[in-house]
Amino acid sequence: MSVTPMSSGTTAAQPKDLPREAGLTDPEADRVRALLSREPNALEWGMFGAMWSEHCAYKHSKTLLRTLPTTGPRVVLGPGENAGAVDLGGGLLCVFKVESHNHPSAVEPYQGAATGVGGILRDIFAMGARPIAVLNGLFFGPPEEERTRRMIRGVVGGISFYGNCVGIPDVGGHITFAPGYADNPLVNAMCVGIVDRADLRSAATAKPGSAVYLVGSDTGRDGIAGASLLASFELGSGDDAKRPSVQVGNPFVEKLLLEATLELVAEDAVEAIQDLGAAGLTCASSEVAAKSNVGMRIDVDRVPRRATGMLPYEVMLSESQERMLVVARPGREADVERVFARWELHGERIGLVIAAERLDIESGGELVASLPPKALADDAPEYDVRQWMAAPTPAPAPRLESAAVDEPLQKIGLELLQLLGSPDIASRAVLYRTYDQMVGTDTILGPGAGADAAIMRIKGRPDGIAIALDAQPRVASLDPFVGAAAAVAEATRNLVCVGAEPLAITDCLNLGNPERPEGAWQLERTVAGISAACDALGVPVVSGNVSLYNATQGRDIWPTATIGAVGRIADMSKRIAPRTGEPGDLVLLAGSAQVSLAASTYAALRGHTEGAVRIDLALEARLQRFVLAAHARGAIRAAHDRGEGGLGVALAELAIRDRVGMRVTLPAVRGIDKRVMLFGEGPSGIVLVIRTADELLVRAIATEHDVPLWTLGSIGGDILEIAPVLGTPVEALARAHRDGLARALGREL
Amino acid sequence: MTVVRVAVLRFPGTWSEVDFAHALGLVGADAEIVWHADADLRGYDAAIVPGGFTYGDYLRAGAIAAISPAAAELRRADKEGMPILGSCNGFQILCEIGLLPGALVRNRHLEFRCDWVHMRIESDRTPFTAGLRGEIVRMPIAHGEGCWVADELTLARVEANRQIVFRYTDARGAATPESNPNGSTMNIAGVANEAGNVVGLMPHPERCSEELLGGTDGRRVLEALTASGHTGMTPANVQ
Repeated sequence: MSVTPMSSGTTAAQPKDLPREAGLTDPEADRVRALLSREPNALEWGMFGAMWSEHCAYKHSKTLLRTLPTTGPRVVLGPGENAGAVDLGGGLLCVFKVESHNHPSAVEPYQGAATGVGGILRDIFAMGARPIAVLNGLFFGPPEEERTRRMIRGVVGGISFYGNCVGIPDVGGHITFAPGYADNPLVNAMCVGIVDRADLRSAATAKPGSAVYLVGSDTGRDGIAGASLLASFELGSGDDAKRPSVQVGNPFVEKLLLEATLELVAEDAVEAIQDLGAAGLTCASSEVAAKSNVGMRIDVDRVPRRATGMLPYEVMLSESQERMLVVARPGREADVERVFARWELHGERIGLVIAAERLDIESGGELVASLPPKALADDAPEYDVRQWMAAPTPAPAPRLESAAVDEPLQKIGLELLQLLGSPDIASRAVLYRTYDQMVGTDTILGPGAGADAAIMRIKGRPDGIAIALDAQPRVASLDPFVGAAAAVAEATRNLVCVGAEPLAITDCLNLGNPERPEGAWQLERTVAGISAACDALGVPVVSGNVSLYNATQGRDIWPTATIGAVGRIADMSKRIAPRTGEPGDLVLLAGSAQVSLAASTYAALRGHTEGAVRIDLALEARLQRFVLAAHARGAIRAAHDRGEGGLGVALAELAIRDRVGMRVTLPAVRGIDKRVMLFGEGPSGIVLVIRTADELLVRAIATEHDVPLWTLGSIGGDILEIAPVLGTPVEALARAHRDGLARALGREL
Repeated sequence: MTVVRVAVLRFPGTWSEVDFAHALGLVGADAEIVWHADADLRGYDAAIVPGGFTYGDYLRAGAIAAISPAAAELRRADKEGMPILGSCNGFQILCEIGLLPGALVRNRHLEFRCDWVHMRIESDRTPFTAGLRGEIVRMPIAHGEGCWVADELTLARVEANRQIVFRYTDARGAATPESNPNGSTMNIAGVANEAGNVVGLMPHPERCSEELLGGTDGRRVLEALTASGHTGMTPANVQ
């Protein structure tokens, strides 16, 4: 076949080394040549460069990701499509995914975060599902630094701008503040949608002869190969010219695209759908073709432009937002065009699905690129980081536990107030109130409710969906395996605390440079931790995303696995509400009392993160099953995860819910000091509130599940009294918790 | 009682139409979502202009929706005395069309705000507040441009004609600066036209019409419409 030597397809200044310009290494370039048995032209190099970038091809993570458990009785679709899907029963599926938008947000926080929301929404509605909730995992530098405050204003403003306009409620998430994220913040977005099984759509169902449409925003020069290249190298390393402009979001067009897509699905007028994200039209066309075992012919001249004089290279690699590739069912082209027109969207027929497995790009009546779709989408090299990974040298022995014990006990009340008001623990209301949390009228528990997870109802059904998004970066900084496993454990435990049965998770792995031995080790340990936790807890991974090269000036971020968990509440009238409990009710601690200050918020506030962290996944699994079993017997009045800030903060947060106090004593455990028991952190702890009458029943169920249980005390009064170390009015605790973040960010209260 | 037929308008960018249709169904109304370009309000008893970001709030919130074919139809229906409720972006649109006095500008603190607020119902001479005067209600807000402003003459007229329908207050009904979520003039959350058949408010009654959602005060506003049987109402019988 003859392809025009690409004078027409490349940028004006002809680069000397095309493969390197495209971001390919010399061996990767040789692999391309071998696959094609010829020298590609400039456009073809650009397409390979984008598709074989770390961001699109998962070169350093694919081998490891294959080790994750991805199947189960509830799984309808595992990783590989735009998002994963689980079965809710009665013909309804829940579709969800978490994704990163770290590098664009570091460069331009507002648009980076906004387009991150846009991208994850499109992933969900490209499956034919209606998005019902968005959550965010955000990781920033210290809140008292001006650059962090600027970053937060941008990121939170961008999320608010985009999500509010499209009209999808933002129902919660996770925020960490730590110095390691100051230069390289993390912005992860999760979206959850629902779809009738019959309406589930795929990118893998295009058939020869069908018309290919591009619909949504016109294609511009914004973000040429932006996400694909930007997210595949370290920030600040190398050439600044490699850092293209970040894309600009248009949530109004996204809303139109959402409604038009779902209308086309409802009318059954489309054969396959794929959203345009990183690597733009190149990625969407080659993935649809590769997954469907077909080819595609595209006339780039028919792609609607927002700039004049755009070259085929620019059109094929533009990452302009709010675009969708739609393959019409034969004979339904007029319906597709009518729906586009009704929603005032610009949709153009740009090509045809062909039987031959070739992606042919035409311009001016000439063939300007002709590549096998599978070579682009599937044949990128895989690098097994285990070949060069190496654990870092261990840190010096901890000295914190003894230092903390030396503090006088009468300071404990003040320490609890300080913890409640600390940035990682304080109420997020000052940020979340800028997100619409209620649009859609399905949010039963949003971020303001003091609950461990969000709850969405499904109109017309008795069941509901619980969602949690969590991370344990401080734990992971000490041991990435434990940190990742603890994040899976926390996210699923949070579902259990609202009475939901965990169904599956989605994971966003944010890590440093995998080409360095320690970065490689962190990646391997993180995946191993998720895998071990999923196996132990019986939850598969159905979707996810990997963001590598999160490092600045040679220093990697903490290995950060953000875990989104989705659970089902079979009967919404029997969910566990975020209450404190009634006066006289018993307060119990279930699970593990083995806590330490190693990765605790208490220690971090004092500048320490050191020591050993551990997790007992078998105990975690027993704990979760025990709480669900006790709840099934109607014995749980309230539940709350012992998370950041330890038992002391968990009890305080419980009291704050209904502004009711309690009188408790700490469990006596050999070798654990009172302060450590109060502020120490560790997985597998849930505080339960039960009626006194149910104590025997709950104890019996705990014994049956081999879960340790401590009776701490009882609900009542308006003071949190933890004998003999503190007695603080609940109102004071609530104030500290309410005002802490605004204070840390230097905002007016 | 005859079933009240309510048209819920949908523009490009509207997102509360389905929520309103659901809530109206709960109070026994027959709600139908009507596309703005095809709007024909004849045969309906009332119309709702719901919240959203019509046309992405480009130019000004509600400004582009105000030149849609639906605007002319709303004006015609108003002349016939049809009860029309605008919530959030719908309030902004009705002000832009000129069916309601004043304008809605950026919140004074410049932030979008989603929260629960309390309001006192100041007037019962509208089909949406009949029998509710003096009640303190709690409803959600979600807006960035909800600060109601008007020139002095308009403000004086609105006050004299008792067109102020909802005012932000604290839980006890006091219109304090702290209870004003957006800096709105005199804590005004919602107003009516002179005749009382057109009402706009920034809060979302459709988001608090079920116990499960944390409140049912919005349902009272929708029930006022259905219970008083406002079918084919004329301005005269609103008084």
